[in-house]
Amino acid sequence: MTEIAQEKSAASGMGPGRFLPPPPLFLLQPVLRRVVRRVADLHPSLFDRLGPHRSAHFVIDARGLPFVLLLVPDPGNLQFRAIARRAEPVSDARIAGGFFDLLGLVDGAEDGDALFFSRDLDITGNTEAVVCLRNALDDVEGSIAEDVAGLFGAPGRAVLAALRRAGDRRGSGS
Amino acid sequence: MRPELVCPAGTPAALRTAVDAGADAVYCGFQNATNARNFPGLNFTPDELAQGVEYAHARGTKVLLAVNSFPTAGRFGLWRDAVDMGARFGVDAVIVADIGVAAYVAEHRPDLRLHLSVQAAASSPEAIRYYVREFGVKRVVLPRILTIPEIKEVKSEIPCEIETFIFGNHGLMVEGRCSLTNYATGLSTNMDGVCSPAAQVHYDKEPDGSVATRLGDFTIDRFGPDEQAGYPTICKGRYLAPNRDDAYYAFEEPVSLNLARLLPQLIEAGVEAFKIEGRQRSRAYVRQVVGAFRTAVDQVLAGQEPELADLVALTEGQKQTQGAAASKKWR
Repeated sequence: MTEIAQEKSAASGMGPGRFLPPPPLFLLQPVLRRVVRRVADLHPSLFDRLGPHRSAHFVIDARGLPFVLLLVPDPGNLQFRAIARRAEPVSDARIAGGFFDLLGLVDGAEDGDALFFSRDLDITGNTEAVVCLRNALDDVEGSIAEDVAGLFGAPGRAVLAALRRAGDRRGSGS
Repeated sequence: MRPELVCPAGTPAALRTAVDAGADAVYCGFQNATNARNFPGLNFTPDELAQGVEYAHARGTKVLLAVNSFPTAGRFGLWRDAVDMGARFGVDAVIVADIGVAAYVAEHRPDLRLHLSVQAAASSPEAIRYYVREFGVKRVVLPRILTIPEIKEVKSEIPCEIETFIFGNHGLMVEGRCSLTNYATGLSTNMDGVCSPAAQVHYDKEPDGSVATRLGDFTIDRFGPDEQAGYPTICKGRYLAPNRDDAYYAFEEPVSLNLARLLPQLIEAGVEAFKIEGRQRSRAYVRQVVGAFRTAVDQVLAGQEPELADLVALTEGQKQTQGAAASKKWR
């Protein structure tokens, strides 16, 4: 790995702690439920691209956060929960990456294959389910991150803007 | 002559992104075996294609429909329906590889423009003239195995347009003939449209941070903790051999084609269309690569020195090459 790639990789592992100190998980769960419901309501066609993998259990590991996220993108049983790392559940697929890289993916700003090539994104488990999820999210017009930020009004948008700036600084190596 | 910038679209959102980024044409396919990127969650439903054509045409961009895999006995109806739907939705051309599909278009859809896919692997004037004569092919997508002088020579001997890849998959195999995936998985790149089907790809992370890539029952590579990765294809895997100390790339290496610096020579050679590979890639890739080449092509046409954006972060293995355009060697 090049020096720049190493720096980028190290930086991408940093969480957004300086912007958002993580709240206790029990406070996070209703927010995450609202977030995933909002995305599902805004983009119902997203589920069509998941094909047979709608009921797959995805663990998303944003490195640097004290918890992992469990996503079940089943419109009839939609789940998006934070789970303590020590209690990580069995899953069909696991996606691990730096917080800012994962944010970039849902923001439509990063290319998943490029992150995989640079080893900033790890995939284990059911690869087909991950590919379906990636393609489904990528077909969402605009930015899922913006949709989510919009849920929280002006403060949400301000946090997203700050995170994007932090991500840009990381990308430019500063 | 202003060469056409032909850009990939794996989803409707990617199509709109490519159009907005300055594509002259986008190419895409249906969600089935009729195209060579039949990947899970990718491609277009008939309704999505109809809407995509409408969006593109409203902005002066063409839509080329890839129907470029090879039907086997008893399955031709799927390819026929794809061609018919494309014609009904007003696509500007269909890209085909199989002579049966080409004959169907020529006989039943004579007003539909026919492009010959790279999957047909037609690289000699004799082969290309055959397709032009028999099926009325208007453009050939050349395999990525020719030098620029060879492209120029081919162009001088054929009565149709030439399209060449300028970015993306290096693709040195004789395309449309590769059966490596078939050998390992039972599915065919050429007849089912799936190179390394994701359902049979597994990444096993080792305790030291390295990752082993398996396709079906075969381990095809192992990336060390600090090594760049490539696509999980047999042709880009590393293998142990009796006369080698370490695993080595027996066929190709994970590297992407980038001919940005050769655009003036390609234009001078008579290339009418530049193709960007990557229907399986994201909107972010489409936006960056199409935008970069739109700028570069326009600057070349204006007689300026092109600004060449750094696209290496998007390349496979984080490496790029000028491929056969620079050397006939594979590595």
